[in-house]
Amino acid sequence: MKFTVDWLKNHLDTKFNNNQIIDKLTNIGLEVESFESSTSELDTFIVAKIINAKTHPNADRLKLCDVDIGSDKTIEVVCGAPNAKNGLLTVYAPPGSIIPKNQMKLSISKIRGVTSYGMLCSESELLLSNESDGIIELKNNKYANKIGEKYFKNTSEKVIDLSITPNRPDCLGVRGIARDLSASGAGKLKINKKSNLKYRGNQNINVTIKKEKAQGCTIFGSCLIKGVTNKESPKWLKDKILSLGQKPISAIVDITNYVMFDLNRPLHAYDADKIDNEIIVRSSSKGESFEALDNKKYILENDMCVISDRSGVLGLGGIIGGTRSGTEYSTKNILLESAYFLPRSIRKTSKQLNIDTDAKFRFERGIDPLSIEEGLIKASELIKQICGGEISNLDVKKIENYKKTIINFDPFLFEKTTGFNVENKELIKILEKLGFNVSKNKKILKLVVPSWRPDITQPIDIVEEIVRIKGYENINTSEPIKTRLKPTLNYYQKLFHFLQRSVASKGYLETVTWSFTDSKINQLFKENDEEIPIVNPISSDLNVLRNSIFPNLIFYLKKNLDRGFKDISLFEIGPSFKGKNPGDQLTVIGAVRAGKVSRLSWNDKERIVDTFDVKKDVIQSLYEAGINKDDIIIDDRTPSYYHPGKSGGVFQNKKEKNAIAYFGEIHPSIIKKLDIKTEGLVIFEICLDYIKESNQKIKDSKSEYKFSDYQKSERDFAFIINKNFKSQELVNIIKSVDNKLIKSVRVFDVFEGENIPEGKKSIAVNVTIQSEEKTLNENDLDNINKLIISSVESKSGAKIRS
Amino acid sequence: MSDIKKIKDNYIDKLNTENNIEKVNNIKSELFGKNGIISNEFKKLGSISVEERKKLASDLNNIKDELQNKISIKIQEIETKEINLKLEKEKIDVTLPERNIEIGKIHPVSQVIDEISSIFSEIGFSVEEGPDVENEYNNFTALNTPDNHPARDMHDTFYLDNNKELLLRTHTSPVQVRTMLKGKPPFKIIAPGRTYRSDSDQTHAPMFHQVEGLHIDKNINMGHLKGCLNYFIKEFFEVNKIKMRFRPSHFPFTEPSAEVDIGYEIKNGKIVIGEGNKWLEILGCGMVHPNVLKNVNVNPSKYQGYAFGIGIDRLGMLKYGINDLRAFFETDYRWLSHFGFDPLDVPSNYRGLSR
Repeated sequence: MKFTVDWLKNHLDTKFNNNQIIDKLTNIGLEVESFESSTSELDTFIVAKIINAKTHPNADRLKLCDVDIGSDKTIEVVCGAPNAKNGLLTVYAPPGSIIPKNQMKLSISKIRGVTSYGMLCSESELLLSNESDGIIELKNNKYANKIGEKYFKNTSEKVIDLSITPNRPDCLGVRGIARDLSASGAGKLKINKKSNLKYRGNQNINVTIKKEKAQGCTIFGSCLIKGVTNKESPKWLKDKILSLGQKPISAIVDITNYVMFDLNRPLHAYDADKIDNEIIVRSSSKGESFEALDNKKYILENDMCVISDRSGVLGLGGIIGGTRSGTEYSTKNILLESAYFLPRSIRKTSKQLNIDTDAKFRFERGIDPLSIEEGLIKASELIKQICGGEISNLDVKKIENYKKTIINFDPFLFEKTTGFNVENKELIKILEKLGFNVSKNKKILKLVVPSWRPDITQPIDIVEEIVRIKGYENINTSEPIKTRLKPTLNYYQKLFHFLQRSVASKGYLETVTWSFTDSKINQLFKENDEEIPIVNPISSDLNVLRNSIFPNLIFYLKKNLDRGFKDISLFEIGPSFKGKNPGDQLTVIGAVRAGKVSRLSWNDKERIVDTFDVKKDVIQSLYEAGINKDDIIIDDRTPSYYHPGKSGGVFQNKKEKNAIAYFGEIHPSIIKKLDIKTEGLVIFEICLDYIKESNQKIKDSKSEYKFSDYQKSERDFAFIINKNFKSQELVNIIKSVDNKLIKSVRVFDVFEGENIPEGKKSIAVNVTIQSEEKTLNENDLDNINKLIISSVESKSGAKIRS
Repeated sequence: MSDIKKIKDNYIDKLNTENNIEKVNNIKSELFGKNGIISNEFKKLGSISVEERKKLASDLNNIKDELQNKISIKIQEIETKEINLKLEKEKIDVTLPERNIEIGKIHPVSQVIDEISSIFSEIGFSVEEGPDVENEYNNFTALNTPDNHPARDMHDTFYLDNNKELLLRTHTSPVQVRTMLKGKPPFKIIAPGRTYRSDSDQTHAPMFHQVEGLHIDKNINMGHLKGCLNYFIKEFFEVNKIKMRFRPSHFPFTEPSAEVDIGYEIKNGKIVIGEGNKWLEILGCGMVHPNVLKNVNVNPSKYQGYAFGIGIDRLGMLKYGINDLRAFFETDYRWLSHFGFDPLDVPSNYRGLSR
């Protein structure tokens, strides 16, 4: 909402200066976006200095000037003026400027083979005098230090631009703003002069509002103005329209616009001679069409509120008029409309047809239904004053009467909500200035809400009115209440926090990527999940919710590889979506690692990252986050985007369907499809939701501290075993031989090839044996050794290597 | 006796100049071996008179101690020298690079969320979450924003179906609705998370982060709201003084509503919070609208309180001098390394919010 301070002062008697007004507006909730002069076409003309004027290579009469325009580089301008010489101060017009004399727009052009960037101006070209023999010569003492500044002072009045919240339609008019300011003590609202307009005759175009279910209009007021002379608006009116950032059109259109911005009362003027017999306000039928004032043809749906005559649709009520009945300079007789349209109907229609107009914006938020006559009178007066003519009696048709909103307000609610007290007297004064009718019934105030405030319906709205006018600075700053109702984080939130930092500490950079992704990449990772398209995506390559955390990670990994990075570790923790309903999502960590370990190391051999690098990262992170070591089982069931032979799943229980984590190489076909160029690429993921909540806190889970001081022995075994036999099972078999005595089993060598039969491998393990009761003698140890060998051989089919 | 003294002095001299460990050992056996000089002198003691013996024995013992002492010092001296020489040969170039250090980082958004959670934890708030996909009711209707309300235009919404029933939440406020529907007052929560709006330009990203705050109890008023936010802003920016301005505004789900600006100025191209006379809008807040309380089965005549919504990304940009919002989500390795935080920098009260 734009307006000038002068305009405001038409409605407000105030001693406040501009800055005080600006501050006050913001303080009462009418946020000032900007306060500056409107731009002028003359802003582009600047003071410049000719640094060097030489003769044009192809034309003796022309000069080639290097011109200082206050920026880093000089500009080259071709100039025909005889007085162009070194050191001359003059006026420069850059390309794009409009020359006042001939209204021509300058462009970059070649003059006799040399490009000229703009031009140097004569007084006549700037309409300053008739002097056209040479360019302006500016006085050195006045302009020498103004090079680069605007030559013309911008004399237009500064414009206030307010950002009005959707609940305040009343402040979409200058009078409403003045009213708010007056309530806040910034001045006195001027009383509207009583009109002494003389009416002649009746409005004899019949108006009917059809009683239909979907009727979007409840009041239609109008008057006829006969014998007008439409013309250009006078300067004061043009200036007002320009200050709104709009273009003046004709007196009649400008007046209706002016009244709309002045009183927040949209009006529409029809050329009465173009109306076919009568006005019918009705709901549209599908397929009806009309050409609107924005020169577009609209085809209507059912139940849109239209103003029509016998020939068809004239316009969309409260949104936009039609060209068929539009006013022109030749218009002699006008029908002026001032109506009330229902916000819901306006909103629906404008959304369906995608039209946005100033009138629509206002009706959608709620226009004062009691401002019908006021608008007609104010506009008629102005039309009569500027265009002449005779005004008929006002004709107001209604299908519904306005019902007052009454609120019983207990002033205690104010203190209870805001924490501070305002005397009843002051409170009543504020409300009265805002237009409320206040009467007292014991402690309760009975308030009649002004008709221009559709947003006010209940007592809390009254609290807001008083506190915003009184000023938010009056609210106390209480000490924060520290009472705690429950722990800050629950188990899964803590897990999130631990895992996030634990993974980062393994050398991964955390990233945050969109929750949506490219369906083409998502396709490669979505497994059996349903695709979740976004109806209105921001772009076609962000068109689905991600079914997996990897599509974006892989996409950005590739981008970084393309940037020339070779060793990259990235991770993200966030949602992956399993379905389109709220809650169909999992919290997942996804991590990718590409390149080499120990690249260019002077002492270690470099190697490509592999599955056991990410296995370490994922397992260690899980341990660090408090997942019990003994609760973890590794399996080779993995999703299809992993390399089928080089990936694993981490399960908390053998029967569990859902792995808490996966790790391994990404499937080679995906690397090929996405054209990822890297030496090695391994990934892991952790699904937080599948981790079982530990039912013990650390304080309860520390077991008794036990240790043995008896001597421990270590024995090494090597077995020849089937190639596909899992080392984890071998370890379990050995452990189960004697859970008490066998303290640990470590695989320290795996070997295939020479001396090992086809389809077999050799696994070497180191077993630590220790008793808690005695020192084991050779005999005890031999027994255990034999047991270990026999158990492994019988349970796994392995043979001890001799 | 004087002979022995002479012998002793002689050996002491020898030892002083000797540098070979074997030769020192030879001297040792020459003196103290089975037929060593000193050993033999002791043997002679049995054949002399008692008075003489006393005197001689004492002298002999002194000489023996002196020599033995000298020998052991010498041996140690030589051994130390030898070790030092050996170690000198083993010297390596310690300026050669260490094994590769792999430095991971926490994203600024995560760090800021942790900072915010830490601050609010201090004053008793707990953390709640809600889904990214919401239904129209929780995101709008329950929050007093019916379908025909122009306030809906302020949110450019991503929809998942043509009926506009399912959407990506446009703010974290639906977590208020979920929290209150599933529990009983009082409520004291914050809810950080992802939010989505379908606009994208230099200052807007289609996904961003908000933190919602909600405190509902019997007597929570706007003074508490002001106090809570004043505390938060001061703690967050780690300054002693803050210039803060509450400005009336409008959100359908709060009444009265406010936007909060903080004072700042630009010093040497950097933004300084808490001083100066420029204002920067950083959050929206207000008293929860009675209609919202009714929608979630909380009796507005018994309970009242405040809610607020803060843009997390924006706050992080301000605090850490990050200019471009879009860069947050572009996964540029250089940017992540530059603006990321060490994983050990866990914001906490006792260790300080940030290093």
